[in-house]
Amino acid sequence: MTKFSDKDVLLEIRDLKIEGYSDETWVPIIKGVDLTLHRGEVMGLIGESGAGKSTIGAAAMGYARDGTRISDGSIEFDGMELTTATESERRALRGSRIAYVAQSAAASFNPAHKIIDQHTEAPVHYRIQKRMEAQEDAMELYERLRLPNPQEIGFRYPHQVSGGQLQRAMTAMAMACRPDLIIFDEPTTALDVTTQIEVLAAIRDIVDQFNTAAIYITHDLAVVAQMADTIKVLLRGEEVEEAPTEQMLDNPQEDYTKSLWAVRSFQRPQKSRPTDGTLPVISVKNVDAAYTGGVKVLDDVSFDVYPGMTVAVVGESGSGKSTTARVITGLLPPSSGEVLFKGEPLPPRYQDRKRDQLRQAQMIYQMADTALNPKVRINEIIGRPAQFYSGLRGQALKQRVDELLDLIELEPAKFYNRYPPELSGGQKQRIGIARALAAEPDFIICDEVTSALDQLVAEGILKLLDRLQKELGLAYMFITHDLATVRSIADEVVVMQNGKVVEQGPKEEMFTPPHHPYTDLLLSSVPEMDPNWLTTLLEERGVDNIGDAADV
Amino acid sequence: MGDLTSLVFKRLGLGLLTLLVVSILIFFAVELLPGDIAQAVLGQGATEETVNAMRQQLGLDRPAPVRYLDWLAGAVQGDFGVSLVSGDRVSSAISERFINTLFLAAYAAAIAVPISIVLGVVVALLRNTLFDRVANVLTLTSISSPEFFLGYILILYLSVKTGMFPALASLKSDMGFFELLHRTFLPALTLVLVVTAHMMRMTRAAIINLLASPYIEMARLKGTPPWKVIVRHALPNAWAPIINVVALNLAYLITGVVLVEVVFVYPGIGQLLVDAVAKRDFPIVQACCLIFAATFILLNLMADVGAILTNPRLRHPK
Repeated sequence: MTKFSDKDVLLEIRDLKIEGYSDETWVPIIKGVDLTLHRGEVMGLIGESGAGKSTIGAAAMGYARDGTRISDGSIEFDGMELTTATESERRALRGSRIAYVAQSAAASFNPAHKIIDQHTEAPVHYRIQKRMEAQEDAMELYERLRLPNPQEIGFRYPHQVSGGQLQRAMTAMAMACRPDLIIFDEPTTALDVTTQIEVLAAIRDIVDQFNTAAIYITHDLAVVAQMADTIKVLLRGEEVEEAPTEQMLDNPQEDYTKSLWAVRSFQRPQKSRPTDGTLPVISVKNVDAAYTGGVKVLDDVSFDVYPGMTVAVVGESGSGKSTTARVITGLLPPSSGEVLFKGEPLPPRYQDRKRDQLRQAQMIYQMADTALNPKVRINEIIGRPAQFYSGLRGQALKQRVDELLDLIELEPAKFYNRYPPELSGGQKQRIGIARALAAEPDFIICDEVTSALDQLVAEGILKLLDRLQKELGLAYMFITHDLATVRSIADEVVVMQNGKVVEQGPKEEMFTPPHHPYTDLLLSSVPEMDPNWLTTLLEERGVDNIGDAADV
Repeated sequence: MGDLTSLVFKRLGLGLLTLLVVSILIFFAVELLPGDIAQAVLGQGATEETVNAMRQQLGLDRPAPVRYLDWLAGAVQGDFGVSLVSGDRVSSAISERFINTLFLAAYAAAIAVPISIVLGVVVALLRNTLFDRVANVLTLTSISSPEFFLGYILILYLSVKTGMFPALASLKSDMGFFELLHRTFLPALTLVLVVTAHMMRMTRAAIINLLASPYIEMARLKGTPPWKVIVRHALPNAWAPIINVVALNLAYLITGVVLVEVVFVYPGIGQLLVDAVAKRDFPIVQACCLIFAATFILLNLMADVGAILTNPRLRHPK
């Protein structure tokens, strides 16, 4: 802590306790956390979901979300005690001296107003700048954040601007009043790796240039390693440990921290295609597809999935990964090309497929929250496909559901009659897997099944999928944008960009150079634990290449 | 925007179809009514011969489908026929009444719509406070009381006891505009009380529904004062449901006011319709119902257009 002197303390949180209201009682969420932040210091808060990172971030602004309350402790910002201040005193700090950058810029910009009007709201409200001055200043910040067309982009509505650009515009908005402290709440979690780099570089630059202190909340260790001076690890509302970044990375003290660092250790040996003439279980042949009236979203896509193997389909959002899945399941008939199941063409529309063909392509979705009907019991969720495809009734059906629950390592007696909202994220995803298995398919499409989960939980799901593959001989099409996941479970990789397959082959080959330029871009954009990774990468690529070209 | 024009034309076309179906339903519903117009006009003393002669004269001896097609052929050319009872042209019998109804509806709407939206915004801002509850109770009380009852209460207090407003809203042709407003104030106020609760509560619900959105939290974390969070950040995104409820209530102001007209002896179209049904005066009933149906169709179309125009995603495509 030599870098910051004790005189420059900006934010001091002591023994903070926050409670949340649930089931008609107040339960503790934050159980006594201390935090000291100096001027110009960037602190990374990391932990799994439910660790209380965002709650602490909001509390640093003297803000308790609806349904929570700050029950004890002190929050002192630059000599002002926020827990005893009046609401209007606290409000006067927000936006002017403490600013906030939210996880999803797309949801956090008001769709009804132009970006620049939202940007100038705080400076005009606080009478720091006149409207025109504030606009000029916004354009300058847009330029510093390397947004394309800085003079013009602010006059667009949020939906007219891409996700990565919006996230930078939101960082610019946070800077509008030149605050002393910015809370970054998972600002890049919703972005593709290639976009993430641009935003990370922009955030780091601007925080450096104005010597702004920041609390950087994330669950991604590699990201926090690039951004933070100090790292604090949280677990279920309590601090695990805190140390300067390098020290924390090289020499974590606590077991929990070590387990976080060791995550992604799971890797299984790569399998290769059968050589005895076995037909691929699913074969996508020269498929083109478009949504009604729209442009082509898939262009001549072909790949094969062999029995018992995992094919990872990677690419940025909008590259056509999920559309390919929709074509295979028959939800979106292709405009040309076909899908073969064990050599037999499948009818393009799911309505025309026979029950036995339908059972072969099951899906597991990214958001188990929305993919499971919250008002239906677990036994029905799993039992319905078993009933529909295999005609099981009564005792046989109950037995099958128990069997499936056993397979996904959830105790049947405990879960049989429960509803999805009572389950944790990982358990819900397991139910999603059991539902797919209930149809007894040969082939399962996993659409970003681990990206909404914490790393430890995600690893559990990957291990489960791997075990099921071995036991049941399943083939997976694994859609993901996370290359670490690909590394751990894939046998073959298909790289997609703008609806085309740019490269495909066995995993080992894909991860060794030379790559297709796009594959190379994807691979090199995955953050690494090395704190100098971002700096080195930016030097290699050249700063001018960061930030996308103007697209209007 | 091209989408919008095509939507309007498509809906207008469907609207015409709806009107045709409505006219068929109305015709045969009137046919099903017991009794007979000739009998009704001539009274109980009529002999069978005179009744038959009257029926022949009105063309009622022909089969129903023929009479309907006959009427339809006239209607598509703009001729809605003559009243079977009075022999007046339907268009002249209705037009003055309909203008009166429109005037009363516009009067009530001009008061009720701004009041309920402003009140809705205020109760959303002061949600779960005493003001919110009092406003809710009062508006719910007024919506739950029958209109004629509200009307008589208003007459009792604002007319009989204090003499501020006339109890009867009969119109004379030589009245000035302000005298007109004064004379029709009580029926307008009755209608305002009836429709305000619905619109206010929808405004409140639509705004509160948005308060959990990330962009509202963002606005709060920018230090935006609470009233500005509601007015500037929530309201612009809440227009679609509000506009829909307003349109529905405007339609009600035109089509559902017969009780109020009776209480205040106001010469509107509702009163005319009830008389015509009682006398089985088919051309008048038909014309009134078509006007009502067209009102609903047009107001709903306007609500949809309004909802599209207030949605920035549709107003400013990528």
